[in-house]
Amino acid sequence: MTYQPVAVARYAPRVGASRTAAMTLRKPPRTSDVRADPAPMRWAIIGVAVAFLVLFIVMPLLNVFGQAFAKGLTAYFSALGNPDAVAAIQLTLIATAISVGLNLLFGVIAAWAITKYDFAGKSLLITVIDLPFSVSPVIAGLVFVLLFGAQGYLGPWLQEHDIKIIFALPGIVLATVFVTFPFVARELIPLMREQGTQDEEAALSLGASALRTFFCVTLPNVKWALLYGVLLCNARAMGEFGAVSVVSGHIRGETNTVPLHIEILYNEYQFTAAFAVASLLALLALVTLVAKVLLETREREE
Amino acid sequence: MSGATLGRYGRRVIPGFGVTLGVTLLWLSLIVLIPLVALFLRTTELSFDRLVRIITSPRVLHALELSFGLSLIAAAVNLVFGLAVVWALVRYDFPGRRLFDAIVDIPFALPTAVAGIALTNLYAENGWLGRLLAPLGIQVAFTPLGVFVALVFVGLPFVVRTVQPVLEDLEAELEEVAATLGASRLTTIRRVVLPAILPALLTGFALAFARAVGEYGSVIFIAGNLPNVSEIAPLLIVIRLEEFRYADATAIAAVMLVASFLVLLAINLLQRWSERRNGGA
Repeated sequence: MTYQPVAVARYAPRVGASRTAAMTLRKPPRTSDVRADPAPMRWAIIGVAVAFLVLFIVMPLLNVFGQAFAKGLTAYFSALGNPDAVAAIQLTLIATAISVGLNLLFGVIAAWAITKYDFAGKSLLITVIDLPFSVSPVIAGLVFVLLFGAQGYLGPWLQEHDIKIIFALPGIVLATVFVTFPFVARELIPLMREQGTQDEEAALSLGASALRTFFCVTLPNVKWALLYGVLLCNARAMGEFGAVSVVSGHIRGETNTVPLHIEILYNEYQFTAAFAVASLLALLALVTLVAKVLLETREREE
Repeated sequence: MSGATLGRYGRRVIPGFGVTLGVTLLWLSLIVLIPLVALFLRTTELSFDRLVRIITSPRVLHALELSFGLSLIAAAVNLVFGLAVVWALVRYDFPGRRLFDAIVDIPFALPTAVAGIALTNLYAENGWLGRLLAPLGIQVAFTPLGVFVALVFVGLPFVVRTVQPVLEDLEAELEEVAATLGASRLTTIRRVVLPAILPALLTGFALAFARAVGEYGSVIFIAGNLPNVSEIAPLLIVIRLEEFRYADATAIAAVMLVASFLVLLAINLLQRWSERRNGGA
């Protein structure tokens, strides 16, 4: 096979996702190198870069935790123990579990179809899978309101049969699945393309069934990328705000997810409580990033 | 579906082609394609006059101008500062380099609502940064400047992560040859390095722009959301929806969707250009 998977993987847009293991941070060239820049330029660029990152990333992040604990631990934990907060956390966990499960299943199937066979229109298919990344979350929510809302195409039929989608869990799940649609497939496709089909062909020719081949050959080959895709999908699903906000109806204790609960608290000037709940999601983001670094190291070692 | 099938492209040894592709297309249609088509169908139900009237009403026009204009400026800022970040991360060694590399992804991982309230709090009059800016007469929170700050935040990783792998893989020989031939360091960077990473830079710029145009969660807290001043287009969609003015919401959404498709097309063309340019590598 004279495939050039690396070049494809390198330039493919990795929106919302991050680089593959082969692209982890390398050692910079030594200063004796011809490529070394003059010292004043070096310090100016490092200064600008660090200042930019501190201003736009470190400060907001520190601010979340600073505000969350501003009134002490008691206020922090009482905000988290509030019944509405607990209900929001439960709803978020349920909606996320369903959405991530669905996207895991279909992401793996899509990546398999795209990387194990040749067919016409493949690049178009990849573009369409990526589409949700370039659609505003608000529009992602709106399309489901237009389909299933009271004024929507299927609204009257749903009402007749007493099925609630908008302002209920199914709507929240649909919107979440839409915005996290590409994550798993996006992580798997470059890697599975690089690995080709020889391993599977060998297993099949030795008499393994298709399912056995998938679980014993393909899955172990991609487990770290798959895990990372699921983590990213999970982080985004738990934190999705715009799309869920449009379809949820903001019914407190019923259809409020964690990000929506944060919005309500903030708009009611309960800043400490808002930041306390927000710190949970910020922690989730940090855990996701740490896991990413660990998974990349792990994958490089193998 | 088991067993080898003969396809147009030769023998398919691995079974399951029909099933997996079928399931993929079905799922894709149900979740992504049909809902998006429904949006456009809804738009075609409006007469052309009505569509134009909605889009050109002062409030909608201002919201669209604000969203697209500020997204463009924010993406440009990310282009310049993102290049500085990527250059520092790839070319220099400094304390905390690995940590800074890791936190570039924070805007991807941090939920937008959390980023929104954190930025608002930071730039509010009594916030850590707002307190410093207030004596200078600069107000960020609840002004278009606040919208800009939020859009820079959400777009930050795109330029860095698109350019980083390209700059890392740039062959050292190119710069060494330029230096040997007597080019100064700045000339080498301007004439050799920058052209090589230009497609990636522009792709990152387009991605950051696309993300910023549709951004909602991190903006609405800090924007103040004054109609005709700091009201972004995605928020106006939500407002119209809450007023049950579905036609208005749909029309604004359709315009934004067409715009993001155009950006997506531009990104694809950029990618083809960059693949051609780096094809030999």
